[in-house]
Amino acid sequence: MKEEKNKKGEARLMKGNEALAEAAIRADIDAYFGYPITPQSEILEYLEREIPKRHGLVIQAESEVASINMIYGAAGAGARVMTSSSSPGISLMQEGLSYIASAQLPCLVANVVRGGPGLGTIQPSQGDYFQAVKGGGHGDYHLIVLAPASVQEMADFVFDGFRLAEKYRNPAMILTDGALGQMMEKVILPEEGSLKKVETPWATTGKPASRDHNIITSLFIQPEKMEEVNHELQEKYKKIQSEVRFEEIQIKDAEIVLVAFGLSSRICQKTVDLAREKGLKVGLLRPITLYPFPFKRLNELAEQVNFMMSVEMNAGQMVQDVKLAVEGKVPVYFKGRMGGMIPTPEDVLEEIESVLDNEKVLQD
Amino acid sequence: MSIERPSNHDFPSEAEGMDLVYCRPETLTDLPFHYCPGCSHSVVHRVLMEVVDELNIQDKTIGVAPVGCSVFAYHYMNVDMQEAAHGRATAVATGIKRVLPDRFVFSYQGDGDLAAIGTAETIHTVNRGENILMVFINNGIYGMTGGQMAPTTLVGQVTTTSPYGRQVEFAGHPIKIADMLTQLPGAYYVTRQAVHNPNGVRKLKKALTKSFQYQKEGKGTCFVEVVSNCPSGWKMTPVETVKYLEEQMFPLYPLGDLKKPDGAK
Amino acid sequence: MIKGTVKIDAKICKGCELCIISCPQDGLGLAAQFNDKGYRYVELIEDNCTGCVNCALVCPEAAITVFRQPKPAKKSVEKK
Repeated sequence: MKEEKNKKGEARLMKGNEALAEAAIRADIDAYFGYPITPQSEILEYLEREIPKRHGLVIQAESEVASINMIYGAAGAGARVMTSSSSPGISLMQEGLSYIASAQLPCLVANVVRGGPGLGTIQPSQGDYFQAVKGGGHGDYHLIVLAPASVQEMADFVFDGFRLAEKYRNPAMILTDGALGQMMEKVILPEEGSLKKVETPWATTGKPASRDHNIITSLFIQPEKMEEVNHELQEKYKKIQSEVRFEEIQIKDAEIVLVAFGLSSRICQKTVDLAREKGLKVGLLRPITLYPFPFKRLNELAEQVNFMMSVEMNAGQMVQDVKLAVEGKVPVYFKGRMGGMIPTPEDVLEEIESVLDNEKVLQD
Repeated sequence: MSIERPSNHDFPSEAEGMDLVYCRPETLTDLPFHYCPGCSHSVVHRVLMEVVDELNIQDKTIGVAPVGCSVFAYHYMNVDMQEAAHGRATAVATGIKRVLPDRFVFSYQGDGDLAAIGTAETIHTVNRGENILMVFINNGIYGMTGGQMAPTTLVGQVTTTSPYGRQVEFAGHPIKIADMLTQLPGAYYVTRQAVHNPNGVRKLKKALTKSFQYQKEGKGTCFVEVVSNCPSGWKMTPVETVKYLEEQMFPLYPLGDLKKPDGAK
Repeated sequence: MIKGTVKIDAKICKGCELCIISCPQDGLGLAAQFNDKGYRYVELIEDNCTGCVNCALVCPEAAITVFRQPKPAKKSVEKK
């Protein structure tokens, strides 16, 4: 890891957290404000090591509460900024995220999720799905949520996250997990300097005589005005729906569709292979953006398949969105493990087979 | 997101045969203050903007407003401003100053904001020696929420949440946060002022001017506490609050510089 | 004594009286009338203003503008 400024196209072996951190430098972040927490401390460590040698600024804050508010200030001043944390720390950031969403500031937050609730465990989990896609803090707002499934995407989604955040003036989140953060894979890093800076005429940079003073606020005390701001936000979220991204694997002839994101989608890829060997027509739909969610595509697929199964590392969160998407056209099942445990491809296949057995019993 | 401002400007700039010697600062907007009669907040707003005017730094100044009565400070101060969450103003100011180091950044907070919910941010901002000005309005009460006990409320002082007077047994002692901050190497200049009389206002102006000067020189955190009143919360007339300040508040929160640079006058 | 005067914006004055107690000449007082906001506003009641600025300094509404007679031309002996 001695030469960090590798050119584009050169494959490197990196940890997910480090690939994300390196991509942040290559995305020309102006500042990173963070606080250590397992399993994502490598991000802060990497940036503390690399940024002084290269460009940008990194501050270890006194808490996640402080770091997200530093993000608010710096983003409001027109800077490209990011932070990262893991579940308990992200909970502490929810107040700040609500303010950032309301004040319509772009920024990127990575959540390297660990098992919960509470202090939980440091093992990987997807238990923060609801918190990430439904808002998380108080009030009606959404983050743009990207779910990487590889170390490559841990790096790529930093660029995608900033692109979306800045396009819509909305906080974006990379929702990943402890396993993706810790595991090493081949990665081709995005090219440094390839993410253009956007104009921020709304930012607080000091008021010249030529314009009115800029104010970054989330306070709209008159209910009429507050509703107007809410309408504006909802309009924006409608537009963001066009940014939906998903990946389909062996969907064309599928009679059974697994729906899984992030690490669970990697597991389900293997399940698809195992099932196909047994002659079961199983496919996989992997939402890449969790907000916006591929409601439309899932609804279409419901016309084609016998049933769907959401596979998650939690007690069943995304499954609720899958059910909303298919509007009762087909049954939606769930297979999950919790608290830092990871389902195996065989576990998922077993669940599919048990559903098929039950259906057969019902038919006989 | 613009804010509607009914203009109420009626400030003459000339009188027959006389020189103008004092007028509302340019950098204060025309909007009449929403504060209760006699409130110190708007005096501090005005003095702060007078200093910005005199140093000619309107285009380089960025402020951070708190949660509390002065939540709308940005309606009055005609500089770029951000509105922070309760307690987080100095973290927000840190974010701004760190990405725009050549600007003048100030935070403006009350006692509940700075010395209760935001204690961690306050201490660590000063400990990093953030090169900002922290303005601290200490009136010993939560004004906006209706006069509840603050961390700086005096022992025995009656508020809506200490109806029998603040009792140490349950609420601890009033916190002298400025004194605490002097212990941190990051604090360059710590002073305690008041605006209860004309001389107090003059001294505050000097303290704020010095603070911006130090910020320009990159010296570290400047902390200006203003021991203030709250006529509505204290249930007194504005004139009565002056007496209360002098007799009750100043003995616990004595005015003057608590920490000044070596060699400074 | 140098002569001065003040103009008080009656529309925004809230009658807090802090200027009244700050005036060394006791030249300010509350008007008998109320302004639109319902406050008895402050006005100059004596013709003894020196333009000392004290009232304007303590005014929470920034409602007071102060004027003063120009100082007589400086004597040449004041030169350094």
